[in-house]
Amino acid sequence: MEEGKVISQSVAESAAAYAIIHAQFGDALSAFDGNETMPFFEVLNTALWPEIALYMRDHPKLRFTYMACLSGVDYQAEEKVGIVCNIESLGQFNHKLAVKVKCARQGGSIPSVACVWHTANWHEREAYDMFGMLFTGHPDMKRILCPDDWEGYPLLKDYKVQESYHGIKVPY
Amino acid sequence: MQELDIAGMGSVRVTRKNNNVVVLEKDLATEQMVLAMGPQHPSTHGVLKLECLTDGEVITEAEPYLGYLHRCFEKCCENVDYPAIVPYTDRLDYLAGMNSEFAYAIAVEKLLDVEIPRRVEFIRVIVAELNRIASHLVAIGTYGIDLGAFTPFLFCFRDREIILSLLEWASGARMLYNYIWVGGLACDIPADFNKRVKEFIDYFRPKTVELYKLLTENEIFVKRTRGIGIMPADVAVNYGWSGPMLRGSGVKWDLRRNDPYSIYPELDFIVPVPDGTVSEVGDCLSRHLVRALEMEESLKIIEQCIDKMPSAEGFNPRAAVPKRVRPKAGEVYARAENPRGELGFYIQSDGKSTKPLRCKARSSCFVNLSAMKDLSRGQLIPDLVAIIGSIDIVLGEVDR
Repeated sequence: MEEGKVISQSVAESAAAYAIIHAQFGDALSAFDGNETMPFFEVLNTALWPEIALYMRDHPKLRFTYMACLSGVDYQAEEKVGIVCNIESLGQFNHKLAVKVKCARQGGSIPSVACVWHTANWHEREAYDMFGMLFTGHPDMKRILCPDDWEGYPLLKDYKVQESYHGIKVPY
Repeated sequence: MQELDIAGMGSVRVTRKNNNVVVLEKDLATEQMVLAMGPQHPSTHGVLKLECLTDGEVITEAEPYLGYLHRCFEKCCENVDYPAIVPYTDRLDYLAGMNSEFAYAIAVEKLLDVEIPRRVEFIRVIVAELNRIASHLVAIGTYGIDLGAFTPFLFCFRDREIILSLLEWASGARMLYNYIWVGGLACDIPADFNKRVKEFIDYFRPKTVELYKLLTENEIFVKRTRGIGIMPADVAVNYGWSGPMLRGSGVKWDLRRNDPYSIYPELDFIVPVPDGTVSEVGDCLSRHLVRALEMEESLKIIEQCIDKMPSAEGFNPRAAVPKRVRPKAGEVYARAENPRGELGFYIQSDGKSTKPLRCKARSSCFVNLSAMKDLSRGQLIPDLVAIIGSIDIVLGEVDR
């Protein structure tokens, strides 16, 4: 954060929440990015992600009870894919945070948090369906929107549409 | 469903309905049967397939299969300019196009940091709330059909038609509007629009009471929905439920109140939450009740907007519409309260392109439907229909 910059109240609240998480997990997290539109931090030690998630949900001063959204993202330049989770405390506190977790673009995996927030269950399946990263520990890791035998992961930036599917020409 | 030892009957299989124990089977274990409901089934409200594992009349497991209506919304977004995505958002939740456009416009405007003219905000809220009523009318009407009440459906669609005519008058289209643009509106509302909307409110207000008496207070309807598909508040939050589903579980959470956007903070309305007097909190009837009561609140909001709206003098609905939408590099997650819950857009911009790097729609129905497995476990097959209806899914938004 630049010094002397006026930050809004919502970003300040997110920063305070981040400070609590950072005190517990330290170097496993990246620095806090306090931008106005979506304050976030990244989980550097991905193996700790479920533990961090549980801490965020259950800590009495955090109570991130509600996962609004989990989006898969293709970071082509970094040779990575990842997820962005928008999490907030519903009804108890006002803070919101976005958490990013990244993994290798080819055959990478991220620990699942479906056991922490049920919302993540289908969203992780969708991220796998579209980007191909596996979620370890997920109760039901399979495609959700595309057919089970679809080839490739459609939302990757270098995705090529398969030419035919079960003998049917795929038009584009 | 559970097994109980009742004196004189031995081990019996029972289910609970309205706090009464209903004996289903006595000393019987039927063979498990797989029953596929859908993708073409009248009560699934679209192309949704439910694969149910049944034990007699009782569902032991219901697994939803979706994707039949997947139209690659997110992939399309990466290939068109920001303003060109607006028509695609109409096709997400096609029963509430205005609300979807509204949510998308908010997201991009947050990235752009533009000031929206006040009159635009008022018009947006009016059309969005009109659309909310239209959407709830479909939800209530079709829910009646699911449970065997055909008349309310016809009443609902009669009234909905008036709203669609109003919106068509304003935007030129009945359902897929492309009216709320990034930074403004496609055009101003017609000169007499507010007068006609007021006439509609005067006409519609008694109709909500009529509808309430006809359906919500109908004994058969209540018996089919009360105590069915109960979702406790904490589980609902954990599932990420939003909108009438979450409020049906007794959580007073409305984004128009709790994470206000546009001019909602200036407006006076209440967030109806069932208190357990008519329904059991969290059951199908509660969710229906929330929708039925919300229509009245929407009418109130529209009335206030009409009264407070700045005059059309010197008004240009496209004054703040950027010639070229090219947001600065960054990410945003913005959302709005749709008739079905929280519709959010996660947009990532690289700062150079006029196309988003990533645009994800967080669909409310998708999230609400994900609890289907838990909701249907141990329910009877006819109750499954009541549960699906109460979720009020629009498959266009589920599959995107």
